[in-house]
Amino acid sequence: MLTRSLKDRLASRLMFLVTFSCSLIVFLIALALYARARPILTAKPLGELIFSSSWHPLKGEFGFYPFILGTLWVTALAMIISIPLSLLTAIYLAEYASARVRGVVKPLIDLLAGIPSVVYGLWGVLAVVPLIRDYVAPLMGRSLGFIPLFSVENPTGYSVLAGSIVLALMVFPIIISVTEEVFRSVPDGLREASLALGATRWQMVKHVVMRKALPGVVAAIVLGFSRAFGETMAVLMVVGNVAIIPSSIFDPAYPLTALIANNYGEMMSIPLYDSALLGAGLFLLLMVLCFNIVARIVLRRVLGEGG
Amino acid sequence: MDKRREELIFQGLMIASALIVIGSLVYVLVVVVLKGLPALNLAMLIQTPKGGYYLGGEGGILNAITGSLCLAGGATVLALLLSLPIALFLQVYSGKSRFSEFTRLSLDVLWGVPSIVYGAFGFTIMVFLGVRASLLGGVMALTLLELPIMTRAMEEVISMVPFELKESAYALGATRLETAISVVVKQSLPGILTAILLAFGRGIGDAASVLFTAGYTDNLPSSLFRPVASLPLAVFFQLATPFPEVQQRAYASALVLTIIVLLISLGCRLVGGRFTAHVIR
Repeated sequence: MLTRSLKDRLASRLMFLVTFSCSLIVFLIALALYARARPILTAKPLGELIFSSSWHPLKGEFGFYPFILGTLWVTALAMIISIPLSLLTAIYLAEYASARVRGVVKPLIDLLAGIPSVVYGLWGVLAVVPLIRDYVAPLMGRSLGFIPLFSVENPTGYSVLAGSIVLALMVFPIIISVTEEVFRSVPDGLREASLALGATRWQMVKHVVMRKALPGVVAAIVLGFSRAFGETMAVLMVVGNVAIIPSSIFDPAYPLTALIANNYGEMMSIPLYDSALLGAGLFLLLMVLCFNIVARIVLRRVLGEGG
Repeated sequence: MDKRREELIFQGLMIASALIVIGSLVYVLVVVVLKGLPALNLAMLIQTPKGGYYLGGEGGILNAITGSLCLAGGATVLALLLSLPIALFLQVYSGKSRFSEFTRLSLDVLWGVPSIVYGAFGFTIMVFLGVRASLLGGVMALTLLELPIMTRAMEEVISMVPFELKESAYALGATRLETAISVVVKQSLPGILTAILLAFGRGIGDAASVLFTAGYTDNLPSSLFRPVASLPLAVFFQLATPFPEVQQRAYASALVLTIIVLLISLGCRLVGGRFTAHVIR
């Protein structure tokens, strides 16, 4: 009897210890990156790191501005592509689709989430880049080229647009599955009341369900945004990796994640270089942490326990 | 009649969106299969790279296949050792306390950390410990990646175990540990297996976290402290060469990786239906 309760208590302690230490991993990561990024943070003012566009590690100049803007361009355009498509799909799945259609489509969307990022990257190289190079860029350049946003100065196809299309695909499953869950948590009574007043289904979705689900939908978008923000390999393969400040969707870009992946490992001999790259990692981590914490707390409110 | 038109327009848009989303999945798979299949042959699967492989010479990607299986397998075992206790603790022991809410939030946040950050962090720790790029380093980085995925999936299935079952076990005099092992785990076994497979699938496909931590080699994995190759990096490196023959092999490697991932997610579906001998529904 004694041994049984002793075992129970021991196991309880042990499990608590494992749980506690694993819940601290996030902080440990942030702390370790901060410790390694400190040399550059003390050597250079933060304003110069963020807003200078002079990236010459050999001369000791570390301006992250082009890389930060590269990340923002690619991520923002990916969200512009992804948000309407995923929201409409999620609404369709939650409010319109029959159980059979949902039973077919949902596993496919889960599958989309499971495909490795290099495979998306390869698809980008084989399908998206040639499409942009041979059709989209020449066509848009001829018709809309006078608008700076669509001007074509980079004929390779490896561009912000290519990176965004690949990223958009990778973000679909997150936004769709979270949004659908949020929509399903809206009580049916509200729907019935709205329909009983003579609303069409879309009016019901627009005026009642959407209004109720809005915080959760925003959280889903934020989660998708932060996933796109930190994605590395797929973007790296199609975005061109030229350290300029993009001004058109056909320009190449060089996101922060690609900067870390391309240069880490070979920078040990240059002073402050590894510190700068880990600083970039820290910046990514902090951004993603903020987005995630806010989104998760909102979702917990919306979905209730454990959502 | 205006609202009818709006209804129709938006229904059309929704169906079109769903078709685009599904279509893009199909498009990705079709491209990978069409490009990969012609380049795939038996030699690729059972040989390691020979001399001049990256210039178009003989050889295969067995090093990457076995390397990836070792990396993801090791990480999955480690992640299981950590996440089963966490899931059980959260569901059986700690219940709805502030602490478990904090842990859940922390794991959800960990789930969102970009894999390149895991890689950079893992590398930092390895430099600190004096370990070079190796199987061990890759396994550690991938464990961090898999941990939140596995734990949250496991916790979800464990939370589905009916409360009455646990109560009956307690009423029979079982301790919490005995209840956790012989009732809760047994009840949720299919779900736990699904969680394991899910985490394995994510681990095997991730490239950014093993880029610095595991390195790359042409040899089969032999020791925890030597670098190992991996399939995602095999795709990445071979695609980056200027030789069409080698790029072809990148396509084939991607096809192999995709097939593994598809088999795993098929496994997840099947497991749900099997191993239910002890489960009371």
